[in-house]
Amino acid sequence: MRGTAVIAGIGQTAQGKMPGRTTTSLNVEACRKALDDAGIEKSMVDGLFVKYPTSEHRSMYAQTMAEALGIQPRIGGVWDQGGAAPSSMISFAAMAIEQGQCEVALVTIADNPRTGTRQAYERGWGDDAVFGWFGTPAGYAMVARRHMEQYGTKHEQLGAVARACRRHGANNPDAQLRRPLTAEAYEASSFVVDPLRRDDCCLISDGGAAVVVMSAERARQLGVGAPVPILGFGQGQTSWEVAQRPDLTSTAAAVSARTAFAMAGLAPKDIDVAQLYDCFTITVILTLEDYGFCAKGQGGPFVEDGRIEIGGDLPINTSGGLLSESGMPGMQLVTEAVRQIRGTSTNQVAGATTSLVSNQGGIMHTHSTLILGSS
Amino acid sequence: MSELPLPVVTPLTEPYWKGLEEGELRHQKCRGCGHVWLPAREECPRCLTADITWEASSGRGRLISWVIYHHSSDPVFAERVPYNVAVVELDEGARLITNILAPSEDLAIELPVVVQIEQESGFSLPRFRLA
Ligand SMILES: [Zn+2]
Repeated sequence: MRGTAVIAGIGQTAQGKMPGRTTTSLNVEACRKALDDAGIEKSMVDGLFVKYPTSEHRSMYAQTMAEALGIQPRIGGVWDQGGAAPSSMISFAAMAIEQGQCEVALVTIADNPRTGTRQAYERGWGDDAVFGWFGTPAGYAMVARRHMEQYGTKHEQLGAVARACRRHGANNPDAQLRRPLTAEAYEASSFVVDPLRRDDCCLISDGGAAVVVMSAERARQLGVGAPVPILGFGQGQTSWEVAQRPDLTSTAAAVSARTAFAMAGLAPKDIDVAQLYDCFTITVILTLEDYGFCAKGQGGPFVEDGRIEIGGDLPINTSGGLLSESGMPGMQLVTEAVRQIRGTSTNQVAGATTSLVSNQGGIMHTHSTLILGSS
Repeated sequence: MSELPLPVVTPLTEPYWKGLEEGELRHQKCRGCGHVWLPAREECPRCLTADITWEASSGRGRLISWVIYHHSSDPVFAERVPYNVAVVELDEGARLITNILAPSEDLAIELPVVVQIEQESGFSLPRFRLA
């Protein structure tokens, strides 16, 4: 089904601090903008896929959203895969469309941890809290240490990931953090959980984003202005808690990427621009390895010398990613991947015809991959 | 006065904490397939049987990875920074979260470690020192 489904529209709210905005309101705004962008009416929507909000635990949330949007979808629901959810949901929407279960799907996410609760990111890990084992950053720090010890990955290489994202975000008027990062400033940035510094950790943001998915044929019939074909997708689940993971530095992102590349009939060398989930800098280095952009252990050297910056071999996170544009869990990477194919990014890669998205959730527990391109 | 976030002892985990009180680090072992693990589970994750027993560990293992907290939102641990948290794999195969009783500059992956049970707030906690 390579290229049979398209992303027909994208919508994104402002990102940052938005006191008083509920996730429901942010989702509705993102959906309204995505429908406007596609140039279609909400009455055409018969599929609704919603991410479970990290910052606001509630059941039957897809029904809350359908009510707020004033629609009665045939198919859809809530996905609880953290930051892997956006690309996963787009995959499920494309498969549902292919099988005739719906024709036009809205896929939407919103979170408000900045003005709501950050508790999900800071809580103690069960009985292990007695040892001081708290919070999401520490899980990634545990993986980062192992990678640094095992493969000689350096602090400056983690810093190179942060600097690339911050450079790109500085050029994006919609980014939450637009201050570029120098190597000196990175080195001077304080440790949160050693080996991770403040600048290795993503932003915490309120915000939402949504896309409209439909078949390429339907997009043609409706006269959609700038449909972007979905060439491939895949998912993979590592599932082990960090402490139990037999190999801390390998993830099922490899499975997710392999599935997506096979469907698209492409290889890493064919990718012009990539949006790689950067909740923490180490995540990008592991993803580059697991996706096959470089060999296992070589992610550190790979990110040096501007290779992942605009003008380099593989520009990543061209709207700033989670480190600079918004800490929102993943849909901003999809909307930017769409802009790259449309040629409308503020850091446009000239002539980009293939655009890859890596989404992942938990502490690298869940993974999903999306490959877009001008078919 | 802030309090340490203590483990919640349940019928499932009671043998583990009781063992530590008696000076013994224990892991679970499957009677069906011999698989060994921590923390406590109701079924063997390898063969799915519930026929499980507790067994004494040698208390010896190796350091898989560690982190050093420089910041904590928990009031007790905010006073302890900087402190380390580590993953240790016991020689029998079980993994656990713990603290290493050594300066951070002495730590390296794969270093051999040995359990040292310490008393805190009425609990016997399995920490590790370099072997
Ligand atoms: Zn078994």
